[in-house]
Amino acid sequence: MSAILEIKDLCASVEGNEILKGISLTINPGEVHAIMGPNGSGKSTLAQVLAGREEYEITSGEVLYKTEDLTDMDPEERAREGIFLAFQYPVEIPGVSNTYFLKAALNAIRKHRGEKEIDAVDFLRLVREKMKLVHMDESLLRRPVNEGFSGGEKKRNEIFHMAVLEPTLGLLDETDSGLDIDALKVVAEGVNVLRQDDRSFVVITHYQRLLNYIVPDFVHVLVDGRIVRSGGKELALELEEKGYSWLEAEVGALATA
Amino acid sequence: MSTAMLEEYANREYEFGFVTDIEMEMVPPGLNEDTIRLISAKKKEPEWMLEWRLKAYRHWLTMEEPAWPNVEYPPIDYQKMVYFAAPKSDADRPKSLDEVDPELLKTYEKLGIPLKEQEMLAGVAVDAVFDSVSVATTFKSKLADMGIIFCSFSEAVLEHPDLVKKYLGSVVPYSDNFFATLNSAVFSDGSFVYIPKGVRCPMELSTYFRINAMNTGQFERTLIVADEGSYVSYLEGCTAPMRDENQLHAAVVELVALGDATIKYSTVQNWYPGDLETGKGGIYNFVTKRGKCDGPRSKISWTQVETGSAITWKYPSCILKGADSVGEFYSVALTKGRQQADTGTKMIHIGKNTTSTIISKGISAGRGQNTYRGQVKILRGADGARNFSQCDSMLIGDQCGAHTFPYIDVNNPTARMEHEATTSKIGEDQLFYCNQRGISTEDAVSMIVNGFCKEVFRELPMEFAVEAQKLLEINLEGSVG
Repeated sequence: MSAILEIKDLCASVEGNEILKGISLTINPGEVHAIMGPNGSGKSTLAQVLAGREEYEITSGEVLYKTEDLTDMDPEERAREGIFLAFQYPVEIPGVSNTYFLKAALNAIRKHRGEKEIDAVDFLRLVREKMKLVHMDESLLRRPVNEGFSGGEKKRNEIFHMAVLEPTLGLLDETDSGLDIDALKVVAEGVNVLRQDDRSFVVITHYQRLLNYIVPDFVHVLVDGRIVRSGGKELALELEEKGYSWLEAEVGALATA
Repeated sequence: MSTAMLEEYANREYEFGFVTDIEMEMVPPGLNEDTIRLISAKKKEPEWMLEWRLKAYRHWLTMEEPAWPNVEYPPIDYQKMVYFAAPKSDADRPKSLDEVDPELLKTYEKLGIPLKEQEMLAGVAVDAVFDSVSVATTFKSKLADMGIIFCSFSEAVLEHPDLVKKYLGSVVPYSDNFFATLNSAVFSDGSFVYIPKGVRCPMELSTYFRINAMNTGQFERTLIVADEGSYVSYLEGCTAPMRDENQLHAAVVELVALGDATIKYSTVQNWYPGDLETGKGGIYNFVTKRGKCDGPRSKISWTQVETGSAITWKYPSCILKGADSVGEFYSVALTKGRQQADTGTKMIHIGKNTTSTIISKGISAGRGQNTYRGQVKILRGADGARNFSQCDSMLIGDQCGAHTFPYIDVNNPTARMEHEATTSKIGEDQLFYCNQRGISTEDAVSMIVNGFCKEVFRELPMEFAVEAQKLLEINLEGSVG
């Protein structure tokens, strides 16, 4: 069975500043990987690079998605191939209803797969069904994308989009930030329902608490653009207890040695 | 629709023997009283019409071209222009679509315009075979049965002189402004509409049905009168880009709504914008449009989608004289390449409890410059007047500009005014978000822009709205990335 995502010694920079300094990571189908780390360690950069944000320049290394070179693909191509990024700060698109937007997205993906456009009735049925997953209010469907949504509603909306678009690889960029515990549970539940053998997730988070609800198969700790430690779900608990400083100290010691 | 246009076109030429006549006697370039006399004579106008033209011309000589609009263009030599251009003879026209600018054809294709209509719009000399039933003729007789007059301006001068005399210049006087005065002196043709008391015009009146609109030349004149309790919706222009040899277009549109009458005037303007890089060859569109709500509870609503022309300079306005009258202005103006637009509205509140609404959406891409200029004036007697203005600008790329000049002049303490303005940029963030959901950049731009313009599009008649959206899409192609 081949990996969904294979990152080999990836280095990336923004405006000349190197942020990722040699990351290697293999994600197999059905796995959930948590990426933790202190602020500024490069967690979000990794998500943006994988989604294809132009401002991030890959300086060396390799990223294979379903054995194909991901770095050659435009962001929309990656999305159509099944990569979904739940944004840390979802943007507002005034005047464009959430439903209209989502339908355009779904049809772009279907077209890419050689399927025909979904008809209005089937789409509505699909949307209603997925809405229940994230306990989203139906009024958010008719409202413009993210406009006037509360922080929690925006994050829920991201998971809702993910549920409708059914990606192969879901990247969650600090989806838990700014959520109260109830919203956190709802979001986690949404992700858990979507977990299946042929779908993988990368869950980026600063705090361990999300991982109480989305239980990862692997935990990686990112410090200063490098994965300094990988382990099972118990590593998250260790971090919760000790914080990041002991790892940062270790990295510092390595660097000066 | 194309057949109807063709048929009318053919009929008209036949009726007046128009083309041959003019070709033998071309009016030479330049402007003086003789030019005006000649124009008037060619149109077989009555004396009063000629006098009016001459009065305007003499006044024009005392005026100076306005310099205040936020647009730039080389000086116009008014003595070099031809003021009575004959329609092109078949010999001068392209023989077939093969001879037409392929860019233009591509746009027609995208708009889904039928072949026949493409030929009409591109000015191809067509040797057409007509259907036996003319759509336009059918409509016209139906309208006539209801007492509605819908004809060319020249025809109205001859057939309905009392109405024309009564209302011509009653909203835009001959002395109004440099370009309107020039128009008053030399106007070529245009439309005339009269809706009798209590009649609701059963269809959208469109210049589409009146082929001479295609050759009205640079100085079009339109007059629409809605008598008490009547209703009319008028559509001007068409979404297909039209080539024109005349660079300066100075039209005048006058609307008169009497008590309880409503006029809805929608425009889609897509004149040739000129070369994308240099702006060369583009149309200057300097238009005066104004409506008067003359009676109580009358209403005038302007909706415009401006995507063409090198320079657009227009302020469709409402004079709210009748008590409880309503003025509305909904506008989308898109500038790209080297286009410049200085557009907006004036709402003059005279009567009691008059209301006005202004929704303006300016979109600038490339090196386009977009200016909103609007005036809301509340006169002393306008107790309880209300205005709501919203002016939003959207920038695409970093070489374009958006400017807003709202003028507010309130002379009555009971007036209520609201003004909102926003400027946004189609951000990399928005585009990336759309891309990340699988939506291409081009689709994302049109989606974002359409969302931005929604409040205006929903004011357009259904068919027009769909076309306007498509038009924006086409115009924005390649403007990002």
